[in-house]
Amino acid sequence: MDNTRSNTNSNKGLTQNYFELFSLNVSFDIDLKKLSENFRVLQQAVHPDRFANASDQERRISVQRAAQINEAHQVLKSPQRRARYLIELQGVVFDDQVNPVMAPIFLMQQMELREALSDVKSSADPEAALVKILSDLKFSRTEILNKLGEQLNRPEHANIEKASQLMHELQFLDKLQSESELIEEELMDSL
Amino acid sequence: MALLQISEPGQSTKPHERKLAAGIDLGTTNSLVASVRSGQASILPDVNGLELLPSIVHYSADSKPIVGSDAKQYKISDPLNTISSVKRYMGRSLKDIQSKETSLHYDFIETDSMVPRIQTAAGAVSAIEVSAQILSVLKQRAEITLGDELSGVVITVPAYFDDAQRQATKDAGKLAGLNVLRLLNEPTAAAVAYGLDKGADGVIAVYDLGGGTFDISILRLNKGVFEVLATAGDTALGGDDFDHLIAQWIKQQLDISNELITDTQEKSVNNQIINAACQAKQNLTTQQSTTIEINIDGVKSTLELDLEQLNVLIDPLIKKTLVPCRRALRDAQVELEEVSAVVMVGGSTRVLRVREKVAEHFQQDPMVDINPDTVVAIGAAIQADVLAGNKPDGDLLLLDVVPLSLGLETMGNLVEKIIPRNTTIPVARAQEFTTYKDGQTAMSMHVVQGERELVSDCRSLGRFSLKGIPPLVAGSARIKVTFQVDADGLLHVTAREETTGIESGIEVKPSFGLTDTEIEKMLLDSMEHAEEDVAARMLHEQQVEATRVIEALAAALEDDGDMLSEEERHSIETAAANLVEVVSGNDDRAIKNAIQELDKVAEVFVSRRMDSNIRKAMAGHNVNEFEA
Repeated sequence: MDNTRSNTNSNKGLTQNYFELFSLNVSFDIDLKKLSENFRVLQQAVHPDRFANASDQERRISVQRAAQINEAHQVLKSPQRRARYLIELQGVVFDDQVNPVMAPIFLMQQMELREALSDVKSSADPEAALVKILSDLKFSRTEILNKLGEQLNRPEHANIEKASQLMHELQFLDKLQSESELIEEELMDSL
Repeated sequence: MALLQISEPGQSTKPHERKLAAGIDLGTTNSLVASVRSGQASILPDVNGLELLPSIVHYSADSKPIVGSDAKQYKISDPLNTISSVKRYMGRSLKDIQSKETSLHYDFIETDSMVPRIQTAAGAVSAIEVSAQILSVLKQRAEITLGDELSGVVITVPAYFDDAQRQATKDAGKLAGLNVLRLLNEPTAAAVAYGLDKGADGVIAVYDLGGGTFDISILRLNKGVFEVLATAGDTALGGDDFDHLIAQWIKQQLDISNELITDTQEKSVNNQIINAACQAKQNLTTQQSTTIEINIDGVKSTLELDLEQLNVLIDPLIKKTLVPCRRALRDAQVELEEVSAVVMVGGSTRVLRVREKVAEHFQQDPMVDINPDTVVAIGAAIQADVLAGNKPDGDLLLLDVVPLSLGLETMGNLVEKIIPRNTTIPVARAQEFTTYKDGQTAMSMHVVQGERELVSDCRSLGRFSLKGIPPLVAGSARIKVTFQVDADGLLHVTAREETTGIESGIEVKPSFGLTDTEIEKMLLDSMEHAEEDVAARMLHEQQVEATRVIEALAAALEDDGDMLSEEERHSIETAAANLVEVVSGNDDRAIKNAIQELDKVAEVFVSRRMDSNIRKAMAGHNVNEFEA
């Protein structure tokens, strides 16, 4: 595959930011109930099923809008993507590729989890071992997200550097998470 | 001033314009058709009052294919020409089929297009054509019962069907002469029927174990909106597999060798054993033990199978369904305690052990009071009724997800995920690429679907090439590729060079699908006076679309004409007048061009109206909030 890429989201047509679109305050802590309620209201207005008998063009544009609203909803629903979006709204381009200096304690935890993960397949009950790792990961994630919340609840006063550091920690967890899930897929296939 | 039109809520102002629509459950073992009549969805039975149409087609040299119960008897007397469980072969290459099936029941032949065919007395047929036969019978049944032609149908597919399997299903619908309004995921259809019936809100799990496929979907129900949070499953696991395990056990007990059976005589013995296995499985849903009788060359043997032994045989398969259950819950970010109901769908959920294990896993008794055979078709009929436009003010809205991650092959046989599984559809993601050589004018991409990190462990959806890139210095072209999954769960890929704006709209042609020429040829073969028919059909299609465009535009201009400047309005009206002029002619291409011209100038208007819809919906909602 030819290389070099950047992830861009198809945003043609939407001028509001995602928070405005859903009538929410620009903040890390959001009213999740209102988010999903307004998500349903927005989809009722634009979903392609509402335009099943319309012209091809209307249907095409409805698919585009529905996709944009889905994207905005997923970004706001996921605390991690919401945090990243808040950082970007401050005009900071968050760079995944930078290798930040991580705290030794954090790195130690990572190594322990990684070791546990590599032992999964040889353990007596691989499924149970994997479930344990996944729940540990979930716990660490919640901890980091809480700290992120403290930084980003008033995004204009946020310590972006600190927030970025936490984002990098989450990326470490993501990696472990997806590796765990790959092992789960293999376990599923081998059943 | 326009007079106020008063009509009862939920009723169309012009009742005679009610369109006939149907929901079709195209199952591995049985298929059904349902429709909403006088506000009530019901299964449409055949003339003998039978609701289930066995998904079996028998081919013979000198007569038309026989579908359903009448074909069933040929399973034993003419096994090679009697095709059942064809759903297992949809969207699959011969290699897939060989690797998934323990033994091949038919004579498969390879073809140029990657769609394998089965050799029968009536010639070689693809899984798509066999499915189309089944759909045609259901279409006919519906049109006889409802008294007129169907305007559109919703066909259900397993939620875990990949792009190739979905495309094959849609092609089968097209081939049967159906207007497929939507492909709907089976568990979502079941949730609709269940949710509307019980008036339930909250999080539910739908455990759908059919004849050949397994799905688990987690949904949130809220005031008519059915939001799928996550789905998982296995498209090659179902009741058929239970039967095969029991059949193997029977063979072991009777000391029949289990080698790959090719001889017709042995195939018929095999089918006899499978039938007996299936019957035994069904008996054990109501009794503790059952007697199996096998008759080979006049020698009769009998066997006892009890519940305990059955459970030992099938436990590994049931366990295989529980891992996806756990993953779906995690992907949905839902805790076990939040699940307010577990709905059981599919005939195989009648197996007692399945109910036991599901209850244990979800820590609650599953709902078994709905008919697991008919609930999917009923849900599809309700959705078809809405999509046909018979419920303009209804609240029902289904938000489904992509079942399997979509990705691109990158260097080293690795997959880079573009759209992760369980993303709500429709979804569009764009990604930018560049050239790596000076003057490079073409590049190719390989789209795959699956969760594994190696390309070889995922399913290849297609390779497509982007040609005509302007020759530039390496790294300076900016090629934006957009992956869009529509509401049917089908993928469309378009690419565009950003610096020059050269667009090549490429629909990814799945490597396992039929080519357009093949579909056209099949259509031709199926019609008399074929060529005129196809031309007439194309003209008719364009005229219908043109009429739709003109009417929609007139209504839009009346309502929202003030969104346009004088100039904008003038160019739209000019293009519309041009379309009106060509629509009554018989040149389908001229009509198509005129529609495209009008589309171009009206794009901004349609967009503005859509955005105004969004604002209005939010404003209306927020007002209600203050009132509440």
